[in-house]
Amino acid sequence: MSSPNQPADGPRKVQTPDPDRSAAPITAVPVRYPERWVAAGFILLLAAMFVHMLFTNDAFDWPFMFENMFSEPVVRGVWVTLSATLLSMAIGVVLGIVLAVMRLSGNPVLVSVSWLYTWFFRGVPRLVLAVLFGNLAILYSTIELGVPFDTYLMAAFGLEGDLRFFEIDARTLLSGYTAGLLALSLSEGAYMAEIIRAGLQSVDRGQTEAAQALGMSRAKVLWRITLPQAMRVVIPPTGNETIAMLKDTALLAYVPVTIELFYQLQAIGTRSYQIFPMLVAACLWYLAITSVLMVGQYFVERRFNPGQNSVRNRVVGGAH
Amino acid sequence: MAEIPESPVTPGAPDALVVADNVHKRFGRLEVLRGIDLTVKRGEVMCVVGPSGSGKSTFLRCVNHLEKLSAGRLWVNGELMGYRQKGGRLHELRDHEIAAQRRDIGMVFQRFNLFPHLSVLGNIIEAPVQVKRVPRAVATERAMELLEKVGLPDKAGAYPEQLSGGQQQRVAIARALAMEPSLMLFDEPTSALDPELVGEVLDVMRDLAEGGMTMIVVTHEMGFAREVGDSLVFMDGGVVVESGTPTDVLTDPQQERTQAFLSKVL
Repeated sequence: MSSPNQPADGPRKVQTPDPDRSAAPITAVPVRYPERWVAAGFILLLAAMFVHMLFTNDAFDWPFMFENMFSEPVVRGVWVTLSATLLSMAIGVVLGIVLAVMRLSGNPVLVSVSWLYTWFFRGVPRLVLAVLFGNLAILYSTIELGVPFDTYLMAAFGLEGDLRFFEIDARTLLSGYTAGLLALSLSEGAYMAEIIRAGLQSVDRGQTEAAQALGMSRAKVLWRITLPQAMRVVIPPTGNETIAMLKDTALLAYVPVTIELFYQLQAIGTRSYQIFPMLVAACLWYLAITSVLMVGQYFVERRFNPGQNSVRNRVVGGAH
Repeated sequence: MAEIPESPVTPGAPDALVVADNVHKRFGRLEVLRGIDLTVKRGEVMCVVGPSGSGKSTFLRCVNHLEKLSAGRLWVNGELMGYRQKGGRLHELRDHEIAAQRRDIGMVFQRFNLFPHLSVLGNIIEAPVQVKRVPRAVATERAMELLEKVGLPDKAGAYPEQLSGGQQQRVAIARALAMEPSLMLFDEPTSALDPELVGEVLDVMRDLAEGGMTMIVVTHEMGFAREVGDSLVFMDGGVVVESGTPTDVLTDPQQERTQAFLSKVL
């Protein structure tokens, strides 16, 4: 049998490096890009003008801003904003998982309920939702826990009274903060449902089959195999959502939630007729918290990509 | 495991582990399996060969109920797969009951399907710990033995993507064995491998066969079928065209279709 490596005629060729042949590094004149230098100079000029304006325009009033930026109600507002962000994201993620699993369940009722939910909460602007939930007390004066349709049921059995075990004044429960948080969480659930659904669908079908073949039940497959792998796809957009949510907590000011960061900063601005410095302070605060969240996202992504920092990935990733 | 239902006694020989009785599978209007009758005895290695699209992989997936049969019956270990016969009617088994049936059947896939988010060790102990509730330490010890057996004792901490195809497939075999199955299904286990990696996987499978494991192997490796197989089944067009001992079928095929297929692959 003839080997494909061996030519039909002539001897077999073996390549070995020849020490006598020179391998001098290439030295060549690089291509110049003068237009890039012109553009860079122009942009630097604009930047210098901007910085000059920051320091000379009296509307900024930096000392006033720094003085008030760290005042006690503002710092409390930062904590409210942070807690509202994390809480509504946590509820949103849980809701999203439930909705995504419902959507992929195959049961027509669950599928359409999930679809309807997403349709409603993605369709209504968050600002409108926040104000709407702030006024929900108009719809229900008290919130009660009990048997559904209890009055009809009791009447059907010829009895009087109701079957309610627990009630609370809606204005207590749906105070500004809770109402706003509810609006943000429910809205986030709709977006997270789509993100998690995409993540679940991105996992290769063979993974489910392999897990099933090992005798894992459907719930086990979801929790142990599919969801953890979906995380890789889910986490980057969830980071975006968290940052968007942080900024959207400013909408709570319109519920209104008076202890919230943006409300507090605006209040100081309006009170002292120093509106602009306080708006700048708001920008700086939101930028600072967003930056911290981005660092958090980096670590979470690393946590859910085990093996991704492997030799092969570094080589492949570095080679382009 | 669920109680043995009042189904009739498994047909076939008393030492039969897998009995397929007139198994049909339809995908919409496409009939992939058109009446498969097969018996696999305990300790038997059955190789299934045939052109692609002949239904051999589909049949294998019917054995552990990854595919629902359209008609016919299939028993493994005396249990009707996927159904319970009660009062003259078949009742579909619940998800956890089907899962319980599958615990006893290992499966190795063409594309390995290792869990990429778990280490090699994590892959192997996942099902014993999560499904059988084996203590983690015990499962780990057993996993290390299995890794030794498939020749990868130093890869416990590696992640699947750091391994070659042949290594991944050997881990997949160890993962299936960790559940201590009485039957192993192999779905073209070497078809996705570089040629020089095929041997290492076949070696592990040969060891397994010599250890007495009952195996159904869908394969294109005629050499393996001849050496290791106790029986050979040639499928085409959703039916068993010819079956017998590997030597008989490979050297003296009786059917024209078998002859035509073998003349191309041998």
